[in-house]
Amino acid sequence: MDFNFTDEQTMVRDSLNRLVRENYDFETRRAAIESESGWRPEIWAQLAELGLLGMPFSEADGGFGGGAIDSLIVMEEFGKGLVVEPFVPTVVCAGGFFKHAGTDAQKAEHIGGIVDGSRIYAFAYAEPRGRYDLADLETTAKRDGDGYVLNGHKAVVIGAPWASHLVVTARTSGERRDRDGISVFVVDKSAKGIVTRDYPTVDGRRASEIYFENVAVPAEALIGEEGKALPLIGLVTDEAIAALCAEACGAMKVAHEMTVEYSRQRKQFGTPIGKFQVLQHRMVDMFTEYEQSVSMAYLATLKLGEDSRDRKLAVAAAKVRIGQAAHHIGQEAIQIHGGMGMTDELAIGHYFKRLTVFDSEFGNVDHHMKRHVALSSS
Amino acid sequence: MNLEFSPEEQAFRKEVRAFIEENYPKQASADSLRDDMSAEELVAWHKILGKKGWSVPAWPEQYGGTGWTPTQRYIWGEENARVNAIMPLPFGTSMVGPVIYTFGNEAQKEQHLPGIRSGNVWWCQGYSEPGAGSDLASLKTTAVRDGDHYVINGQKTWTTLAQHADWGFFLCRTDPDAAKPQEGISFILVDMKTPGIEVRPIKLIDGGYEVNETWLTDVRVPVENLIGEENKGWTYAKFLLAHERSGIAGVARSKRGIEQLRDIAKSEVLDGKPLIEDFDFARKVSQLEIDLAALEITELRTLAGEQAGRGPGPESSILKIKGTEIQQRLTELALEAVGHYGTPYYRAVADAGSNEYPIGPDYAQHSAGSYFNMRKTSIYGGSNEIQRNIITKMILGL
Repeated sequence: MDFNFTDEQTMVRDSLNRLVRENYDFETRRAAIESESGWRPEIWAQLAELGLLGMPFSEADGGFGGGAIDSLIVMEEFGKGLVVEPFVPTVVCAGGFFKHAGTDAQKAEHIGGIVDGSRIYAFAYAEPRGRYDLADLETTAKRDGDGYVLNGHKAVVIGAPWASHLVVTARTSGERRDRDGISVFVVDKSAKGIVTRDYPTVDGRRASEIYFENVAVPAEALIGEEGKALPLIGLVTDEAIAALCAEACGAMKVAHEMTVEYSRQRKQFGTPIGKFQVLQHRMVDMFTEYEQSVSMAYLATLKLGEDSRDRKLAVAAAKVRIGQAAHHIGQEAIQIHGGMGMTDELAIGHYFKRLTVFDSEFGNVDHHMKRHVALSSS
Repeated sequence: MNLEFSPEEQAFRKEVRAFIEENYPKQASADSLRDDMSAEELVAWHKILGKKGWSVPAWPEQYGGTGWTPTQRYIWGEENARVNAIMPLPFGTSMVGPVIYTFGNEAQKEQHLPGIRSGNVWWCQGYSEPGAGSDLASLKTTAVRDGDHYVINGQKTWTTLAQHADWGFFLCRTDPDAAKPQEGISFILVDMKTPGIEVRPIKLIDGGYEVNETWLTDVRVPVENLIGEENKGWTYAKFLLAHERSGIAGVARSKRGIEQLRDIAKSEVLDGKPLIEDFDFARKVSQLEIDLAALEITELRTLAGEQAGRGPGPESSILKIKGTEIQQRLTELALEAVGHYGTPYYRAVADAGSNEYPIGPDYAQHSAGSYFNMRKTSIYGGSNEIQRNIITKMILGL
């Protein structure tokens, strides 16, 4: 058993920690998310330069031979600074699909573009009526000559306004919610027939509603086997969940620290409010929730490479536990900050909002609780 | 013991329901209550009620109250909640109004009560300060006597909707040398147009601007605006806070909220079935409904006590704690119900104007904003921690 990071991983964490501290102070972040584009391509370029965008890919694929633990390290640091740049959609999701199922040509083109920072991807999986079921798809991809034609509406696609390419789940056969008949495609976002409605999200990112209106894609757009993609989608989303769990841990850590610090500074009744036992115990409970969450993020990450049932159980458990902790810590952080916690001016409210949205990404507490029940009773 | 409303009370319900149906301005619904609504929209119903003589039901009849029993007032609240009415704002009708008719002199009553009743004069509350929140008695804003005037200096915060206010009621320190912080505070009415007052909006986490910082610099206020006795303001403030708490349970509105939540959960789909048929979700809605039922009966017991002449005591802190927890939980579940569509920042989208493709269902539009905004309810009006302190001291005797 070993819960230590390697020297190399520690170095990565430290350099990233420095990058976030130096470039992602609260006011700089605010200016960036309120700017027209809502993000900073120059941060992305720095991540590419540091080699972080290539870390989870094997050297054979053009990466630096790291893995899920490296993504955990990255995302935890991103969570601390509420980094909005699309690491999960691009590196973990799109990168994951190509890594696990891409052809050599796809790997060369797409992983190459991810590693050097030239391509940004968004993962269009959610649909207006599908909730969190990855198989509940109304978007269709119909064979047309050598290629396919896509039609449908993808909902709340995180990072899509910044993306050059989309990874899209669609039904190539079967009925809505069938486990079979699902395929994954990579599509140039500028393809004819793609209409987007871009908007900001409550947690400071950008997203789009994406409408596919007879979008023709070539055969090479298919990732993996036609109609058999659900297990692959499940694997990639589990990897994304593990990464988001790490991000939530980073955000919870900072939210807790800020709350403790505020309770030291804020005086009422002639004493710092942190001296009140009723608040002390609540901050202890927040801390305990955070520590339990870190454990679950590690568990999920370490099980990603394992037999699929163990992996799914661990990821579902982590998403449940961390989803609960994120709500608890977010709400308590605001309450202990009092009126100041309600203001846009303080960072704490922004952590609260990020932690709120976290729960709804790739399935909320209830969704993963059901998943856990189904897995553990099978 | 009997939970039924009497035939008279049922007849009363019919009467007010008919009045509301006929007169409530249809475009104004609390569903769309937002800080960027115009002042006119916010007071539209208040003004109609003012003309009818129903804007301040709880006041003594001699000051324009309706003479309704507490049960009738409860029915009134329920009927208004049915249409999600934007009720008269509390700052005039349930805060400063009762202070003025209880502790003010005749001239003050004559000057101020009509405008509060009619809705023509907008009031705001100058209590909290950056350094004085839960510990309100530590407030530092000063009022120094200078001839026929007080000169007020200081900074107030969380002044709700002060951007529209004509008048404000302020707690100011008039005796800095008083033995206890609660002593030496005075309750002063201030015309918000007086030179030296600056109202600065505070942006909240939902993106709204419903509260403000209010800066007072050498604001000269005539001494006749002092309520009651100088240095006795804390007594009046405490009286007011008890009034503020008694309406805070929000049972009728939460009932309506649960109906809306069920409607959302009927529209949302999980596994091809309405979300409301999902046991995990339905269970949470029922839990909330059960908690609300308990709160409703607790409030009715308090009302019955009030009807029998026992004023709302420290038990009203229970109403505040449970009422706000339920309101918060409601918005949390509504946000959960809408799934992915809780994520868009609709307010920014609306401000930007473009509406080519709608984003998500209508009922999702305020889900996240309401959830964020409602976190305030366990903080304001005496935080829920302070309410627990009150129960600890006043009921448990610890």
